[in-house]
Amino acid sequence: MEVELLEIRQHMGRFPPFDSLSDELLDELAGQVEVGYFKAGADILVLDQEVHELCYIRSGAVEVYRRNGDLYNRLGEGDIFGHFSLLRNHRVRFPARALEDTLIYFIPEAVFRRLCESDEHFADFVELDRPRLKSAVEQQKKANDMMITRVRKLLTRYPVMVEASTTVQEAARQITKAQASAALVLDAPGDNPRYTFTDSEDRPWQMCGILTDSDFRTKVVAEGLAPDAPVGELVGRPPITIQSDESVHEAMLTMLRNNIHHLPVLYRRRPVGIVHLSDIIRYETHSSLYLVSNIFNQSSAEGLARLAPDVRAAFVRMVEEGNNSQMIGSALSTIGRSFTRRLLELAEAELGPPPVPYCFMVNGSMARNEQSIVTDQDNALVLSDDFDPGEHDAYFLALAQRVSDGLAACGYTYCKGDVMATNRTWRQPLSVWKGYFNDWIDNPTPERLLHSSIFFDLDSAYGEVPFVEQLQDLVAKKAPQSPLFLAAMARNALNRTPPLGFFRTFVMEKDGKHNNSINLKRRGTAPMVDLIRVHALACGSRAQNSFDRLDDIGRTQLLAQGVGEKLRYALEFLAMSRIHHQVIDIQEEREPDNNIEPENVADSERHNLKDAFQVLSNAQKFLKYRYPMPSRPARTR
Amino acid sequence: MPALRLSSKRSVPDWPGYLAQRAASVSHPLLVRYFAAGCPAADTPIGEAPLVALDLETTGMDERRHAIVSVGLVPFTLSRIRLAERRYWVVRPSRPLSNKSVTLHHITHSEVAEAPDLETILPELLGALAGRLVVVHFRHIERPFLEAAVKVRLGEGVRFPVIDTMSLEARRHRLSLWSRFRRWMGRPPVSIRLHDSRVRYGLPAYQGHHALVDALATAELLQAQIATHYAPQTPLGELWS
Repeated sequence: MEVELLEIRQHMGRFPPFDSLSDELLDELAGQVEVGYFKAGADILVLDQEVHELCYIRSGAVEVYRRNGDLYNRLGEGDIFGHFSLLRNHRVRFPARALEDTLIYFIPEAVFRRLCESDEHFADFVELDRPRLKSAVEQQKKANDMMITRVRKLLTRYPVMVEASTTVQEAARQITKAQASAALVLDAPGDNPRYTFTDSEDRPWQMCGILTDSDFRTKVVAEGLAPDAPVGELVGRPPITIQSDESVHEAMLTMLRNNIHHLPVLYRRRPVGIVHLSDIIRYETHSSLYLVSNIFNQSSAEGLARLAPDVRAAFVRMVEEGNNSQMIGSALSTIGRSFTRRLLELAEAELGPPPVPYCFMVNGSMARNEQSIVTDQDNALVLSDDFDPGEHDAYFLALAQRVSDGLAACGYTYCKGDVMATNRTWRQPLSVWKGYFNDWIDNPTPERLLHSSIFFDLDSAYGEVPFVEQLQDLVAKKAPQSPLFLAAMARNALNRTPPLGFFRTFVMEKDGKHNNSINLKRRGTAPMVDLIRVHALACGSRAQNSFDRLDDIGRTQLLAQGVGEKLRYALEFLAMSRIHHQVIDIQEEREPDNNIEPENVADSERHNLKDAFQVLSNAQKFLKYRYPMPSRPARTR
Repeated sequence: MPALRLSSKRSVPDWPGYLAQRAASVSHPLLVRYFAAGCPAADTPIGEAPLVALDLETTGMDERRHAIVSVGLVPFTLSRIRLAERRYWVVRPSRPLSNKSVTLHHITHSEVAEAPDLETILPELLGALAGRLVVVHFRHIERPFLEAAVKVRLGEGVRFPVIDTMSLEARRHRLSLWSRFRRWMGRPPVSIRLHDSRVRYGLPAYQGHHALVDALATAELLQAQIATHYAPQTPLGELWS
């Protein structure tokens, strides 16, 4: 293509989804655009008008509206609109008007179709096949630290090596002795220089095979091979290997591609170890496991508090390694539960054994296994019904006080709403707790439930697990049959709404107002979690984790086909965004919080966040319709 | 004072009549075809007129001493500029190319050496202009240069109506009472060059001095001027000269 359309080509090449187009496609595109100028206030797309073009904003700003006139989106330089109509019935569903003097590049439908066909990324972006969020979440998963960590990092010892003449029995003995699950079989150097190497004593060898645990089953026992047969008879050909400087990711792919569980690792031609598939899995979760074992090794609350910086380090590492929000949330919750447990063990050691059995209950994000690095403590004590306040409460108050103070010292700030076991209301025997839950469900009002909804995420952290299980059962049984309760919970789940999206360096609200930053918990993950909880309660799910709840909801007809998946991707994206911004805070030595600032949000993340907000907003609308306030108070049974 | 003369009541020239008369009198078949295509009537609303933005890059300002180096054009209407139909030619100037114009137009000596003479592109060029109203920024380049170049090659010249986006800007910024007041106060005049004019309408900055980019820039500027100061119903007679 001639050089003269550089102006257009270069501009479009800077913005998604055009930024990933091949040069050839970009040239073709630039040569086909049509240009139109719109004065501020002029209509660009009118409702129900026929359209055969995609619109690209070269300069200026555009507002897109819903059918009912509500603001749907505000777009700026480099944004596109009109693709929904193009992909559907060619009628404008979202009218558009110039907010400032605006220059539009129109991309003819034929070119648009061709881009969709020849560029997968482009098709994803305009949601041709699968939702944009879904592919974004999948890409996040792919961009993993496994790609850059070298496989040698996983090796802990040299491989067991046996000569081909060794008997099967002797080989089995050596593998067992080394607590390994495989050995390399060596022979004198032969005709295959690729597998020839010299060992540390300068003796030359040729690697002729690998012997694994399963070979003893499939080739020895199953085929009745004698224990004194030489192992050389068991191995067929030299094993598939990997170089020690290859990535962990490549090692995993090699195993999957060849359907093998053991992979010899070579430095040049010398074997330096064998990786097992489980090594890779262990590597993925290693750092947080290490921290947890360290927690249980501490002998004082002060020692535990000193581990607080390690929590942040483990968090950053987990994010950098490309874990998803579910893995990170569950690891952080495990860490939080471990602190709680250890504090209880230490308190019991000091105060003596409890006078009556108890269960230490956690609520909120810890119960859901969705904890983040910025979190406060929500907990309570469920005591045995043998509890006698006058006789026993001093013990449990002291116990609660130690745990609560200890957690605060470890970075889990005190609960602002006083949902802590130190509060007498939340330090009660099981029968009282049952009374609480019965009352909340039977006599619900949105106002009453506002402060108690946190108890509908509940799990045991320590002690008599059945106490909390009984409460979970009670809720799961009662809630689905209480429309008034569900309606009240649904009403509360609508208190916090997502913004519309981003516009330049601002957060766009639905009324068109601008903000400089957004609290992604308050405006994203929390309302999402709230609404998933309502559906989970409605279908009698006992799950606490939002993703598990979505699984349970998916087994019912509560949500339309595909909606559950959308919620899952939206929650994952919102949670990951929040996590990524917390990592940025930590790395720039700021106190991490739940806010994100638009200037720190990349273009593609903006689009995905906007989609996630949209999913949340639609789901909230459905919630209102699905759980209406009954006109008369429902009769409870 | 020329400014005053310009500001006096503009008479509407009878361009369709002129083109019809030329069609009857010229002899070269290319020109017969060109003039016979005519142009829209003076009372045609600008919103309905087929337009073509034209830009010539030249070695200088004087058509008697300087030559055309490149030609860019893009057909458009008030609502759409159709880049797919754009045309761009580098032509060999009939007079030598100075180093200064090489740097200005980003066209190299070797590009020019391999380029055809304007005569070989005339059929396509006149074909692209025929029946459309030409839009330029500063009409005192495109019209005289093209007229002279065609006269040398075909024996007869071309003249055609143009909408000059620069003179539309001048009406606002040079001839209005307010601008004369500004001048009287000793304030510098507002620039009506292509780039500066575009900035006033929120149009993006393009790299200038490329015939096709300038043609596109001119087309966008006219769309913006009409949207801002006129209307799609404005008759051509109020705009052309």
